[in-house]
Amino acid sequence: MLQPQEKIRFEQLVLPHLDSAANLARWLLRNRADAQDVVQEAMLRAYRFFDRFRGGDARAWLLQIVRNTCYSWLQKNRPAELMTEFDEDLHQRPAPNPETLATLADERQQLIRALESLPARSREVLVLRELEGCSYKEIAEVTGIPMGTVMSTLSRARERLQRTLVSAAAKEAS
Amino acid sequence: MTCEFSPITVHGYLDGELDAVRSAEFERHLEGCAECQASLHKVESLRARLQQSDLYEHASPQLQEHVRKQLGLTRRAVRVPAIFSRLRFLVPAFASLAAVAAFLIVFFLMPQRTQTARVTAELIDAHVRSLQPGHLTDVQSTDQHTVKPWFDGRLDFIPPVADYSAEGFPLLGGRLDVVDGHTVAGVVYGRRKHLINLFAWPARGQSGFIDASGSRQGYNWIIWRSGDMQLCLVSDVSAADLRELKNLVSR
Repeated sequence: MLQPQEKIRFEQLVLPHLDSAANLARWLLRNRADAQDVVQEAMLRAYRFFDRFRGGDARAWLLQIVRNTCYSWLQKNRPAELMTEFDEDLHQRPAPNPETLATLADERQQLIRALESLPARSREVLVLRELEGCSYKEIAEVTGIPMGTVMSTLSRARERLQRTLVSAAAKEAS
Repeated sequence: MTCEFSPITVHGYLDGELDAVRSAEFERHLEGCAECQASLHKVESLRARLQQSDLYEHASPQLQEHVRKQLGLTRRAVRVPAIFSRLRFLVPAFASLAAVAAFLIVFFLMPQRTQTARVTAELIDAHVRSLQPGHLTDVQSTDQHTVKPWFDGRLDFIPPVADYSAEGFPLLGGRLDVVDGHTVAGVVYGRRKHLINLFAWPARGQSGFIDASGSRQGYNWIIWRSGDMQLCLVSDVSAADLRELKNLVSR
């Protein structure tokens, strides 16, 4: 149990990053309901381990816990997902409604499908960089990837996403 | 000619993660290398697609409530140490004090916080809008003596306009925008291949954003007050670059 003072510190330092936690979990688990459960569990862990937080980047610290909780959850509930390099099923799922393809909403759907078809380890760096705005240092801290390889990991992930989007567009055109 | 830079350099460059020397080297190289230009363009447009498609998942109000409840982060959950139980007769007095405090927080501090969030969200939207073709500038000039007079007569205040080319932030032009229901001046600066919007509008009374910064959807922002002017920088360049420009503007 945290001391009242620590409790306030937790509320001020960690709780404001709940959005970041929800965002990362949603993209790692590809499902909102599961993400809600896992975020709650992760927040509880963060709270319990808060005495180990020695200042610094609270967002990166929390996201690291969220990520680990997500991976343990996947390991337990959907272990196959961590093994597959590329989700062919998901990738080949036909677009829901071919008539609205040109609309902006559909651009969003396309991006969601493409992102979700990437392996978790590519997906997470993209989400951390492009949606969360993390620096390479923060990405390294959250994911445990060595700082020196963040750039190449990101470049591979971006290429993958690009390829997926291009081939999805080609499929629709044909 | 083969490219002497590794194909991943373009990512570090775009993410603002190369050091100044390397970044300048790569910039020089970029001018003559069609291959790197093409890949920069590709990565940049991929980023724009991701950031403009509303993919960010915010914590729902239910989740926020669950988490707070689960962690006992409510006033009532704080245990009262034994010594205080003898002072129990004071509880009603404290309770009414707490109620007054809560009232003050809700009515004076909370709107301030949510107002910052709302205004910065609007400013980021305005920044993203400005990146669409034809929306960046109403007056396009690198000369502050062209841009500054352009704002005269269009605004009832004078936004700060200066060219910082020598410092690496060339002036690109100006435009009018509407944020939070008010007309604001948008002054556009370049930073390497990136764009920075400086928004300016008169601060109103006491309520203003004294100094805050953050990032959202991959954009960095700094908002601060300078004299009676409210200023805000928004861009995808690094927070360090933004701070540098902020220092130049408030000099």
